[in-house]
Amino acid sequence: MSLALREKLIFDYSRPGRGARGQWPPVPAGAAPEGIPAGLERRTRPQLPEVSELDTVRHYTRLSQLNFSIDTHFYPLGSCTMKYNPRACNAAALLPEFAGRHPLAPVTHGQGFLACMYELQEMLKAVTGMRGVALSPLAGAHGEFAGVAMIRAYHRARGDLARDEIIVPQAAHGTNPATATMCGCVAREVAVGADGDVDLEALRAVVGAKTAGIMLTNPSTLGVFERRIEEVARIVHQAGGLLYYDGANLNAILGKVRPGDMGFDAIHMNLHKTFATPHGGGGPGAGAVGVSARLLPFLPVPIVERGAEQPLYRWLGERELPQSIGRLTGFGGNAGVLLRAYVYMRMLGREGMRRVGEYATLNANYLSARLQQVGFEAAYPQRRASHEFILTLKRAEQDYGVTAMDVAKRLLDLGFHAPTTYFPLLISECLLIEPTETESKQTLDAFVAAMAQILREAQEDPEQLHGAPHRLPVRRLDDVRAARELNLIYQEAGG
Amino acid sequence: MSNIPADLKYTRSHEWLKALPEGIVEIGISDHAQESLGDLVFVELPEVGRSLAAGEACAVVESVKAASDIYAPVAATVVAINAQLAEAPELINQDPYGRGWIMRLKPTAQGAPSGLLSAHDYQALAAAG
Repeated sequence: MSLALREKLIFDYSRPGRGARGQWPPVPAGAAPEGIPAGLERRTRPQLPEVSELDTVRHYTRLSQLNFSIDTHFYPLGSCTMKYNPRACNAAALLPEFAGRHPLAPVTHGQGFLACMYELQEMLKAVTGMRGVALSPLAGAHGEFAGVAMIRAYHRARGDLARDEIIVPQAAHGTNPATATMCGCVAREVAVGADGDVDLEALRAVVGAKTAGIMLTNPSTLGVFERRIEEVARIVHQAGGLLYYDGANLNAILGKVRPGDMGFDAIHMNLHKTFATPHGGGGPGAGAVGVSARLLPFLPVPIVERGAEQPLYRWLGERELPQSIGRLTGFGGNAGVLLRAYVYMRMLGREGMRRVGEYATLNANYLSARLQQVGFEAAYPQRRASHEFILTLKRAEQDYGVTAMDVAKRLLDLGFHAPTTYFPLLISECLLIEPTETESKQTLDAFVAAMAQILREAQEDPEQLHGAPHRLPVRRLDDVRAARELNLIYQEAGG
Repeated sequence: MSNIPADLKYTRSHEWLKALPEGIVEIGISDHAQESLGDLVFVELPEVGRSLAAGEACAVVESVKAASDIYAPVAATVVAINAQLAEAPELINQDPYGRGWIMRLKPTAQGAPSGLLSAHDYQALAAAG
C-alpha cells in the first residue's frame, strides 16, 4: 500500500499561470482556430487545473498507488476473470509497425496485421467449434448485440417474422435480457432448478412459435456446468429457435469442450477476459463473435479473408457478404486488444489452452473446498465448481448479523480485492469467487487464511466487520446516501 | 421473522395485494422483499391509465444491491401511483404495507384474481427463500 494515504484532487494543486509551457500547443494567444462560427467561440477560459508537469506526474502516480490492481493484489472478482495478462502480449501489440498502422492504410501496407487477424479468427473457430468468426465487436455486450441481431436476421431471411422472444435463464448475466430488448425482442425468463441447471419442464413450457432463441452461459453464473445442455439445445432447436452462448465464462472450458459441439449457433468471446488483455477499467475490450453454418451469411463486417494470390489477406465487406447485419464499428475492431489476444493464443498453443481450463477449474474447486473446511457455506455444495463458485453468508447474517458486504469490505483491509457481492440475485448474501487460472496455491492459501480470520471476527467481534475497511484511504462509503442524493459537483477543499 | 399481515394476499414474486372499495386493488412489496433488497434508492412507477397484462413487469424497485421488477398480479389498468416514492423510496423500507404502497389497479376481469397466496402460504415461501 502507498505511503500517501490521502491524495488531493488535481484542482487543489492548481495555481494561476502555472503549467508546462513547453508542452502547450502552438496557438497564438487570443486567436480562435479558423472556421468556428463567432457565436460558438468561448468567451471565458476553460476551468482546467493549472499545474506543473511534476505535480501532475506525482498526483497520478500517487492515485495509481491507492488502487487495487492485478499487478498488486489477488482479485477474485467472480464472473470478471481478473487474471494476469502476460507482459509479452502487450510488448508485441505495441510494436511500432502495429501501433503506427493507420486503419485506412491500403491492405498491401498491413499484410502482417491482417495475417494476425486472419489467424486469430481461425484459432477462435478451432477453440470454440464454430464455423465463422468476426472480430469487430468492441466489448462483450456489443458481441451479444451482434449475436442476437444475427439470430433475428436469420429468422427474417426465412420469412419467419413472428419470432421475437429470447429466452433467458434466471441465472443469466444481466446483459442478456438487456441485449434481447435492444434487438427488439422480448425477454422471457426460464427458471433454474435447485441443482443450478435449467428447469427443462419450464423450458418446454416457454418455447414455441415465437421463440427466436435462448441465451445461455455455460458454465452458468452459478459456477456450475449445465449438464443437460444437449437436451436444452434439442428443445430449443425443435421449437425453431437458435442458441446463443454468452462466452463470459469461456476460460472454464477452454481446450475441453466447445460451444459448437454443444449445439450453439452464436457465441461471443470476451477476448479481454479469456485471452488476456487488461480490463476492468471500462475498456477497451473485444467481443468477437462466432457462428454456426446457418448464421455464416449474417456475420458483421469486416472479416479478414485469405486468398490464393497477392496480397494474400483482404477485408470482406458488404459487397461480399450482402446479408451481413452490417458494421458495428468504423474499422475492424480494437486492434490492440485483438493483437494481444493473438499473441496470448500463440504463446499458449493447444496444450496451454487445455491448461487454462484445467487450472481455472482446479483453482476454483480447491478454493471452494478449503473455504468450506474453514466454515463457509457453498451455495451448491453438491455440485463441482467450474471456474467460479458461490458462497452464501446467509447463516452468518442470521447468527452474527454479518453480511456479505461486511466480509467484502474487511477483505480489502487484509490486502485482497473483494469478490463479486450480491450477484447472482438468486442466492442471498452471496459472494461470487473466481480465483482464475493464474494464481498459485500459496496465494489461494493466503486468501483462505484471511477469510478464516474474518469468520472468527464475525463470531467474536462483529463490530470490527461492520466498520471495515479500517486501513484504506477511504472508509466505508454510504452507498445508500450516494444513490439517493447524487452530487457530482466539484467543490474546492474547505469550500 | 418478517411481518406478513394475515388480511393480505401475496404473489410468488413477493408483491402484496389489498382489496380496496369499488374493486380497486392496492399493490406493494412484502416486508420480506424489502428486507432482502435492502435500502431502496429508486422506484420507477408506471403511468396512470396504462393497461397491464397479468404478469407484466410494470415497476422497478432498485436498492444498492439489486434492481427488481414489480409484476402486475392481474390484468388491470393503473388507476393511481404512490408519487411520494419518487422522492422517498425509503418509505417502502419503513412501512411496506402502509405509506410504502406502490400502485392501485383496477382489474380488467370481475371477481377475485386467481393464483394468489394466502399469508400462511406466503410465510412458507418466504421462509424457504
